[in-house]
Amino acid sequence: MSAYNMYVFGKNGLLLHYSEWNRKRRSNMTLDEEAKLMYGSLFSLKNFCRKVSPLDFKDGFMCYKTTSYMLSVLETLTGLKFVINTDLNLSGTRSLLEKIYSEVFVEYVVKNPMWQIGQPIQSELFKTKLHEVVNQHVASVQRS
Amino acid sequence: MVVHSVFIVSKSGGLIYSHEHNVPKVETERLYTFPLPFQLEERNKRVIVAFGEQGGVKVGHCVSAINKVPVNGHLTGDNKPLLDFMRNEQNYPLTIKFAKTPVSTNEKIFLASMFYSLYAIACQLSPEQKSSGIKTLECDTFLLQCLQTVTGVKFVVVSDTKQNGGESLLRRMHELYSDFAMKNPFYSLEMPVVCELFDEHLVKGIELVERTGTAFA
Repeated sequence: MSAYNMYVFGKNGLLLHYSEWNRKRRSNMTLDEEAKLMYGSLFSLKNFCRKVSPLDFKDGFMCYKTTSYMLSVLETLTGLKFVINTDLNLSGTRSLLEKIYSEVFVEYVVKNPMWQIGQPIQSELFKTKLHEVVNQHVASVQRS
Repeated sequence: MVVHSVFIVSKSGGLIYSHEHNVPKVETERLYTFPLPFQLEERNKRVIVAFGEQGGVKVGHCVSAINKVPVNGHLTGDNKPLLDFMRNEQNYPLTIKFAKTPVSTNEKIFLASMFYSLYAIACQLSPEQKSSGIKTLECDTFLLQCLQTVTGVKFVVVSDTKQNGGESLLRRMHELYSDFAMKNPFYSLEMPVVCELFDEHLVKGIELVERTGTAFA
């Protein structure tokens, strides 16, 4: 059970942060291009879901599964997107993303006076805390 | 389990079959006085709620009838601009029906090709060595399941989230497609499936899945 990688996007689609844990395959493009492709596809995916949904599309959580990985997206009301790729057996990604937003992003990015809104995150503290929370989650799922 | 709709996308991304099975109606009708509690705007030849949610009416819903007369897109029943009509205080009180904006056939074709490319991108962005495209897509309101055959045809089922048997319905669809659509001498590849037998059996299959959780009797 593991998490592969994670993207954080600002509301205009800029990649604010990228982390990876044990990613097995590189795509044949630069991180920058990959992030743009990812954001673009999420944007379309959301519109797609809104149209396909038989009832009113309510909150921003969405996840898809392929044969080998699962992608989960949490969009906040302010337009930030938290995207995590995990393997198929990792459960509770929604609560994980919510936790990352409220306990890591808000605490170590929003409350950091050096961060300019909408700019990529430089803070090392954010990275360490993020890794801590994700590893903790993976470990707790493994135990249960 | 409730199956909302099913569709088939050909290997080049065209919509070749779609069927709406059990789509819940989202609409509200009420008497309103001036001024309306919503902000309306015209989008895609429809009058749509742009702001303000109240009494079951949500942002994105469109006006579908006024004083029990169905509207004609952005025009009233007697072909006057709807938005101007609704902004005129003299016309009130009005009974307005709001409904979830329907998806037109054109939009369905567009959505099918969108799904086709999203499916391909999902393989490309995979962090794992080998991956298929989107197999299941889950939101809070629906679950979409997709089966791609070896020949590249995609079968898609949209159902509620508490569902099982989607997989078996997809396999059943594939079976019916090969039995009734492909063996039909009047069917040409990549073209829409118009085949009564296929429709009949598919509806039976869907109903079976809704009752028993499997599409194979």
